[in-house]
Amino acid sequence: MTLAIASGKGGTGKTTLAVNLARAYARPLQLLDCDVEEPNAHLFLPGTEAASEVATIPVPEVDESRCDGCGECSRFCAYHAIVSTGTKALVFAEMCHGCGGCPRVCPRQAIREVPRRIGMVERRQAGDIALVTGRLDVGSVLAPPLIREVKRRLDPSLPAVIDAPPGTSCPVVTAVRGADFVLLVTEPTPFGLHDLQLAVDTLRELAQPFAVVLNRAGAGDDRVHRYCREAGIAIMMEIADDRRIAEAYSRGRLVFDAVPEYRALFSGLADTLLGGQGG
Amino acid sequence: MKIAFATSGNNVSAPLESRFGRASKFLIYDLENQSFEIIDNQQNLAAAQGAGIQAAETVVRSGAKALVSGHCGPKAFRVLAAAGVKIYASDAATIADAVAKYKAGELKESSGADVQGHW
Ligand code: SF4
Ligand code: SF4
Repeated sequence: MTLAIASGKGGTGKTTLAVNLARAYARPLQLLDCDVEEPNAHLFLPGTEAASEVATIPVPEVDESRCDGCGECSRFCAYHAIVSTGTKALVFAEMCHGCGGCPRVCPRQAIREVPRRIGMVERRQAGDIALVTGRLDVGSVLAPPLIREVKRRLDPSLPAVIDAPPGTSCPVVTAVRGADFVLLVTEPTPFGLHDLQLAVDTLRELAQPFAVVLNRAGAGDDRVHRYCREAGIAIMMEIADDRRIAEAYSRGRLVFDAVPEYRALFSGLADTLLGGQGG
Repeated sequence: MKIAFATSGNNVSAPLESRFGRASKFLIYDLENQSFEIIDNQQNLAAAQGAGIQAAETVVRSGAKALVSGHCGPKAFRVLAAAGVKIYASDAATIADAVAKYKAGELKESSGADVQGHW
């Protein structure tokens, strides 16, 4: 069972939910931090990184003695990262997404692939939680390939929680694709509702099953409730607007540990979505 | 010989566009018969990345052997230089002025990109 936690915008409590559900599950599970531009799940978990690997994508390198300037590679590349206008092909490695296409379409076998660094993949074992964190290099725009690298390390025999990046663009789609279920975290405010609607549109397009978790419930109004009712979307959990939760967050502590009265709430949801005892 | 000018106008009295990759049009001027055609670059402007590269490909495909623009970024420069297109920077007020300066040999050929990033 793979559960992705997403949110139409940042700062809604997405990571809080992900780490607390992982902790509440209390059995071996994986937590994949796919918020690669700003990974922070590790801040809430004990231990240190046991291993880190450099993540790369394969970028083309052109053997000019073989290239005849046919332009096949250039016509194929959607990112304009390899260009030939009847000339020997030029590579713009920083724009390449590592799709592997151009070496295959080159009729003269003039292209080989060389690795180019885009970030790091780190691992940490924190109790029952096997945390895998993707950390994109500053300045790189290649979040999707790094997210794929993180997800490649998913062990299908264990349940997994994916902390997806905020927003509704390519990186989120890459992170939630293939998940069995998605939880969308939002807040009961006009902005929260607006971003929730965008995220709902995205998930419906992907045909991903999902439900909503309302964070800071009671802090705003009932517009998210009304919207969910009308749109036929389940609200699976409400996390109260409790300043002890904000305090725990700011100290890098888990709500599960700092405010025990919420334990049952997280445990119940974790068991429901990740499979109960023996499941 | 054909020369490409980055512009937003439709004729030779139009001003030069200062940023090559962000020009909405290219005016391709034919020195031999003193005629010109306009090529639209609007579609490339929409590109989040690689606008300069696509604009450079458009210019190369037009058959122009020289480009006159305010500024040209490093990626576009590489594409143009590889295709043997000479790049001239000019602050001439209009395309007609730039053509006159080109004929008089007053335009300076750029030897490298003069701006970074999204130009
Ligand atoms: S590997 Fe894919 S993205 Fe990279 S240059 Fe080749 S075709 Fe373009
Ligand atoms: S497809 Fe191969 S031969 Fe053709 S331009 Fe590209 S690198 Fe050169």
